[in-house]
Amino acid sequence: MSPAAHPRPLGPGQRRGVGSRAFVTLTLAIVSLLWLLPYAWMVLTSFKTLPEIVTAPAAPLPAGLEWGAYAAVFDAMPVGRYFWNTTVMALGIAAIQIAVALPAAYALAKLDFKGRTLAFGLVVATLLIPAQVRFVPVFATLAEVRLVNTMAALVLPFGVSAFGTFLLRQALLSVPDSLIEAARMDGASEWRIVYGLLPPLLGPTLASFFLFSFVYHWNDYFWPLVMTTDDSVRTLPLGIALLREQGTGVRWHIVMAGNVLLSAPALLVFALAQRHLLRAVTSRAA
Amino acid sequence: MRPHRPAAPYLMMAPTALLLGVFFFYPVVYAAYRSLYEWDLLTEPRYVGLGNYAHLIRSGELGHALMTTLSFSLVVVTGAMSLGLLLAVALNRPGKFAAFVRGAVFSAYVISWVSVALLWLWVLDADAGVLTASLRALGLPTANWLGDPDVALYTLSAVTIWKIAGYAMVLFLAGLQDVPLVLHEAAALDGASALHRFWHVTWPLLRPTTAFVGTTSLILSFQVFDVVRVMTQGGPVQATTVFVYAIYEQVFLNLRVGRASAQVVIFFFVLLVLTLVQLWLWRRKGAA
Repeated sequence: MSPAAHPRPLGPGQRRGVGSRAFVTLTLAIVSLLWLLPYAWMVLTSFKTLPEIVTAPAAPLPAGLEWGAYAAVFDAMPVGRYFWNTTVMALGIAAIQIAVALPAAYALAKLDFKGRTLAFGLVVATLLIPAQVRFVPVFATLAEVRLVNTMAALVLPFGVSAFGTFLLRQALLSVPDSLIEAARMDGASEWRIVYGLLPPLLGPTLASFFLFSFVYHWNDYFWPLVMTTDDSVRTLPLGIALLREQGTGVRWHIVMAGNVLLSAPALLVFALAQRHLLRAVTSRAA
Repeated sequence: MRPHRPAAPYLMMAPTALLLGVFFFYPVVYAAYRSLYEWDLLTEPRYVGLGNYAHLIRSGELGHALMTTLSFSLVVVTGAMSLGLLLAVALNRPGKFAAFVRGAVFSAYVISWVSVALLWLWVLDADAGVLTASLRALGLPTANWLGDPDVALYTLSAVTIWKIAGYAMVLFLAGLQDVPLVLHEAAALDGASALHRFWHVTWPLLRPTTAFVGTTSLILSFQVFDVVRVMTQGGPVQATTVFVYAIYEQVFLNLRVGRASAQVVIFFFVLLVLTLVQLWLWRRKGAA
């Protein structure tokens, strides 16, 4: 269920007078402006020119629809390459996480074996070891084997997701054993069950987790910052943040144009798949 | 169920076990080992025993990073939770308008920290920022939001609250769905006011959600890095050098991998304590 998308009808206490309803509506309108105006300011700024930024930085509207700032972003960095790197990395992580979590979740939810509780405990224990704890030792180790600044250094450390394993295990608990037994009777191997029979049954959970993981890693800044040293595998959030560091000074129109390029894909995914993302977020609390 | 073959479950756990070992458990052990050395990644490591820990404590680096992170986290957790709860209660209604406001607030949680940091860096710019300009135009006092050491950390807290309030709101909305409507109806028939009903019906039933939102946002805010790196680089004068940023500087600016490993070990134990508190609260949720 996605609670935010389907709130229930008004309770008795929510029938209020016209005055207080107008007050609530007005407050909520101000709240939405508090979140939307910064986006609007970003977009408006991105269409300005350097003279406009210098002379009247707080003027609300740009003089015209000037695309120069966007061209400047593409001149300053290989945007296409960053975009490609980011997408490959995020897709790779989400796909590997699901491929690794499916058999583990199946074993943890459906198969009896010695050490199952311990195995589950170890998976959950990794929640204690976030990237912020791992980056120093992983960086030092990868530096010794010369793997820093490779796609492998960006993807493999996130190959297993405790959240994903946990989520899939929960979903598998409600898949009836009889379905699996029937598949076994038909001669299906355990691997065929894991990668053939289960995915269609877990559709919504898989979609939610995939999108959540993809967006999360697409947005990630910390790990690529630590693990990359040049353009070959650098990702978009890193590149856009560099726009600000390159001593651009007052060239905010260029920084904001870059920021539009960075935030638009995430907002697009959000607009198209809000329910899936909400399900992934709220399922953590369940 | 009994597995087809006895080895099957172990084979299915193997990829997970391998990745856990290499990228989670080995790094923690390795950090603990390296924390006993002085090492710059280039020359031979030199054994210093607990010297790194002693230095971190004696120099005040550890205390400073802990206090900075704690101040930041307290503001963030209190702010995000209160705002999230208020928004959830106000927006727990059908209709396009409420859905629109929910979407607007939650969108900030979906875009990247870099996007959020750059947005606010520009809005809050001391010279040309639109906030300073607007406040001046209205004759209101303004501040050097990111340049004043007394203000910068709270500015970062506010930006973080803006980013994660939607997360708290969504979880509280889910919690509100679990409050049975009949309880509200019964209380309303008994003549209880809306505030009264919130305090005596909704709030007690929201306790598990509150515990979850509180502990997860505490752990999340303890791991803060991106906004600091993009907006203040730990400054002005170390005012925003939170724990993870201090570790990052130790490795990539000072090239002291041994000392950074000691900080990692301490940070791991801080998170361990926070997580144990979370698990304990979760257990109580299960019992309730």
